Amino acid sequence: MAAITMLEAIRQALFEEMDRDPTVVALGEDIGVYGGAFKVTEGLLAKFGPERVIDAPISETAIVGAACGMSYLGLRPVAEMQFIDFIACCFNQVTNFLAKSHYRWGAPVPVVLRGPSGGGVHGGPFHSANPEMYFVHTPGLKVVYPSTAYDAKGLLKSAIRDNNPVLFFEHKFLYRRIKEEIPAGDYSVPIGKAAIRREGRDLTILSYAAMAHTAAEAAGQLEKEGIDAEVVDLRTLLPLDRDTILNSVKKTNKLLIVHEDTRTGGIAGEIAAIVCEGAFEDLDGPIVRVTALDTPVPYAPPLEQRFLPDVERVVAAARELAKY
Amino acid sequence: MSHSLTREQQLELYYYMQLNRQLEERMVRLFRQNKIVGGLYSSLGQEAISVGSAYALEPRDWLAPMIRNIGALLVKGFKPRDIFTQHMAKYTSPTLGKDGTSHFGDLKVRHTVSPISMLGDLIPVMTGVAMAGRYLGQNIVTLTWIGDGGSSTGAFHEGLNFAAAQRAPFVLILENNQWAYSTPVSRQVPLKHLADRARAYGIASKSVDGNDVLAVYGATKHAVDECRAGNGPVMIEAKTMRMKGHAQHDPADYVPKEMFDYWKARDPIVLYEKYLTEHKVWDAKKKSEIDARIERELDEEQKFAEESPSPPPELAEQGVYCEGCHAIEPKWQRPKEEVMPPKASVSAEWRVHHFGGLDGEIPGAKEVAAEGNGAKAAAPGAKAEKAGTKAAAKTDDGKDSAPRVPFGRGPKDKAFARERRDKRGRR
Repeated sequence: MAAITMLEAIRQALFEEMDRDPTVVALGEDIGVYGGAFKVTEGLLAKFGPERVIDAPISETAIVGAACGMSYLGLRPVAEMQFIDFIACCFNQVTNFLAKSHYRWGAPVPVVLRGPSGGGVHGGPFHSANPEMYFVHTPGLKVVYPSTAYDAKGLLKSAIRDNNPVLFFEHKFLYRRIKEEIPAGDYSVPIGKAAIRREGRDLTILSYAAMAHTAAEAAGQLEKEGIDAEVVDLRTLLPLDRDTILNSVKKTNKLLIVHEDTRTGGIAGEIAAIVCEGAFEDLDGPIVRVTALDTPVPYAPPLEQRFLPDVERVVAAARELAKY
Repeated sequence: MSHSLTREQQLELYYYMQLNRQLEERMVRLFRQNKIVGGLYSSLGQEAISVGSAYALEPRDWLAPMIRNIGALLVKGFKPRDIFTQHMAKYTSPTLGKDGTSHFGDLKVRHTVSPISMLGDLIPVMTGVAMAGRYLGQNIVTLTWIGDGGSSTGAFHEGLNFAAAQRAPFVLILENNQWAYSTPVSRQVPLKHLADRARAYGIASKSVDGNDVLAVYGATKHAVDECRAGNGPVMIEAKTMRMKGHAQHDPADYVPKEMFDYWKARDPIVLYEKYLTEHKVWDAKKKSEIDARIERELDEEQKFAEESPSPPPELAEQGVYCEGCHAIEPKWQRPKEEVMPPKASVSAEWRVHHFGGLDGEIPGAKEVAAEGNGAKAAAPGAKAEKAGTKAAAKTDDGKDSAPRVPFGRGPKDKAFARERRDKRGRR
């Protein structure tokens, strides 16, 4: 079987779910005739028609609100944010309407909000963001952020079948840069389970999305220096897979967290707290973070390069941590 | 006001309005006794709008109340105990004490969506409900309310525009009660009639006397019928007056006394009582019968609420997520095959009916149209051509002769690319 990109894997998940279940509908800006800004939804309209693939006006609040309303009648809408940065425009719908619906009045909201996120493509301050933590801080939502084609397809299927609002982040740097062979036919990847990408003894590097690849590359370099790093890919940020995190730390006794999100209030802080609560006695060194700067995502390539974590910085931090 | 309501129905309108008012008067007393946990928002003087508009809906239709639409909830089949217990944060309330006031709903029987406190957000949500109802073949209409204040939110405009673009079977009642908390309409909107807001979206709208329950009912019934016939959405501005402050804590000193006097003389219940008497729909005996029934019912319902327990503290931790507690089963009222391939499949292209210039006509429309529908555009084959016609019929009401603009990189567009190549070759 031919290897496919992460973008194609996401597209396949949409096609297969819409083919399987007539309650699955898609809506968003330019998703129909044009096939989406990144062509993720290309061909959906031709196959499933304008009742199920809805080109919406530039109205994120209306898109997400309508998706919520549709879900109250039992549909499973998948709403696209053209860039995930624009989810800021419908923050109220997401955090107050969708997220609180089941808790407040027992109305489940089986909606998926998906969109391209992340930097490294010179998109500048409004087309590169990683706004996941606004939503990780919102009870009632689930937040998924895959790093491989296999996971993207399997997790999107799980998200569509989930009875809760799921935010599905698609790292645009990975869309066409990674390829892998994935099994034919239906499979899903459970929400809320991290994956151990590389077993190791000396320290744990915990990451997700594009940085999961940076972490893996760093582990390869560290191996040459005699440091055996374990690489964990979170895959889901809400709910967090505490067991996998704690078990890995209990095994390696050292934790380095890498994320592309900004530093203050990033998920590294939350994970550090979880590890202090659940595995403090097992730690042989400080919990270390390698993250983006606490700035907007800058536009010029040298500035963005400075902003984003890279392999060298991860290796350097791991090297220091390994000395403990 | 002409209407087709029976005598029983006319009396029922009175019953609901008076029930609405008496229920709220009891809640004011409960508030003063510290038995209402949070704020209390009055709909005094606005009962005709809640009751008259909700009364125009059928049981299959959906509504979403705002904070002052207690009367609509009663019409939709909720009990006064639901309102009492919600305000008193009781375990027996529809939300088990997790939320208060009119913030509750029922997906299964009473087809009611719970509001949130942020204004305007129900408009896109009820648009979505309307779209889903149409998709499932349910032939439902959805309805919600917005205040003069809420009509300035982004959600209002995004939602109403989307509803209009989708021709959603959705009715919006703009309840103009003259005050957004302490700010008068004139300082919010430079319009005399807020019904004019709808003109920006190309949808039908009108202003009615919101204190005339029959006028509200009649206008809403007409709007609901229009929506069910596929001519939605419709907006109705109901002019009224908030006769109390924003909530119980607010004495509304900022409202001129003369303004209260003006509207007090137009009290919707007093006006309707006069109508019922003048048109001999009832007599004094009938009125006291209904009033007595309301008192009796409210006594019972209030007693139930006051004797209800508070929720157990551990409930706070439960129910953030649906973990299999709800089975989600849409009610299909059309064959699913219609929305599945191959039936649903279309040719993915736009039809453009207007090139956007100042002169309404398409310059050279005929030639372009002929080309658009001619041999070249038909390249994908007869099957796709047929499907394309279907798509256009569903998404557009324009003429079939409009040119198509293929886009993207689908199979149909290979033909477009070929066509373009041919053209270049010819040159």
